[in-house]
Amino acid sequence: MLDRRFFIAGLGSTLIVPAMPSFAITQGGASKLVNSLVNDINGVIASGKSETTMYQEFERIFARYSDTSYISAYAMGVDGRRATSAQKRAFSNAFHTYIARKYGKRFQEFIGGRLEVKKVQRVKTWYEVSTIAYLRNESPFEVTFQVSDRAGKNLFFNMFIEGVNLLLTERTEIGALIDRNGGNIDAMISDLRKTR
Amino acid sequence: MSIFFPLWRVMFAAFMVISLTACTYNNSTGQVGEGVYDPYEETNRNVHEFNRSLDRIIVRPAGVGVTTILPDEVEDSVGNFANNLGQPKVMVNSLLQGDFRGAGVSTVRFLTNSTLGIFGLFDVASDFQVPQHDADFGQTLYVWGVQEGAYIEVPVLGPSTQRDLTGTVVDLFLNPLSHYTDSPEKYYDPAASVTSGLSARGRYTDTIDSILYESADSYAQARLIYLQNRRFELGDNDSEVEIDPFALDTEGF
Repeated sequence: MLDRRFFIAGLGSTLIVPAMPSFAITQGGASKLVNSLVNDINGVIASGKSETTMYQEFERIFARYSDTSYISAYAMGVDGRRATSAQKRAFSNAFHTYIARKYGKRFQEFIGGRLEVKKVQRVKTWYEVSTIAYLRNESPFEVTFQVSDRAGKNLFFNMFIEGVNLLLTERTEIGALIDRNGGNIDAMISDLRKTR
Repeated sequence: MSIFFPLWRVMFAAFMVISLTACTYNNSTGQVGEGVYDPYEETNRNVHEFNRSLDRIIVRPAGVGVTTILPDEVEDSVGNFANNLGQPKVMVNSLLQGDFRGAGVSTVRFLTNSTLGIFGLFDVASDFQVPQHDADFGQTLYVWGVQEGAYIEVPVLGPSTQRDLTGTVVDLFLNPLSHYTDSPEKYYDPAASVTSGLSARGRYTDTIDSILYESADSYAQARLIYLQNRRFELGDNDSEVEIDPFALDTEGF
């Protein structure tokens, strides 16, 4: 038993070691990601398309720029451990649509506003990109993105709006949905699909 | 003089409240996780239901009404007026925190906006590039090293903590206008604050509705959002939950 575990650990490290140099996330890369994310969001808002089309585009943007599998896994929390592969996939899909709509609605408040990258800071193995949001008739406020290359390329895996953490907020929400359904994951997923 | 005499009484009262509340926390029960300490959850949830009903029946309709009826300029002026009346409180708290720059900023703001800004109706100070500055007694307590304490949802006022609630009570007394006991001026501040609060409720309808009425557990959402945002305001990084993107199994998602 012990030998097998060592063997697997050894195998793991041989796989990891050659991968090490690809830890290529840089300060410039992190801020470039956020800048082009912001440009894409602004582009959709400025397009003046219908709400439904905008949500679809936000969902595509979310898929392109964020570490969706990480965000989904985090939101499901410990309940993710007992979920089947099919449930995980179904949850991920429903969750992306839900996120795009929920935050897409908020983005409408961004019409005529802008996000400016202020500071990029390395924290352990990831980067924090601090931006300031300037919205019409509002005092400027801080929005921070956390960017990592965990999935092989630069993607954001968390966002803070004035200190409010997206991952924690969504884990609380999904946890509450699971509780409301007596721990039934399938029922939670179908509830999530129904959320507007 | 009239400001500073009651200040001592208030400070004494504050210390009493702090030393009383200090006994009630630092035990391990009520730990919800994710940096939330909520031993009074059952009571809080009842208060939350009351607040939600109050919002649905009175606050939300009134807020939406205020935003619809009042032109944006008037709403801004009410907000400016309430904000300006709060500046003496900001000044005193900045001094108590040893933040002399902040005290200076709020003094300049108060003097500029009370005169050139016509009793604070216009925020001329911002036009002159004087930065916004805010301070309250809850923050002062944080600077002095007082612990956050338990999470409390207060009837009508909403989310707070033992430390912030103490601060809110003390701040009521720090407002110099509240000491002119017989003049109608003492109602200016509460009236302006209520109106500007309603106007904010109206202006942020979508965001607040999404927390109160569209989330699966509005109590837990409001609690989490309040605590995180307040800690961010205070610069309190100690209670922050660090999330390592590499420390999670994402297989299958």
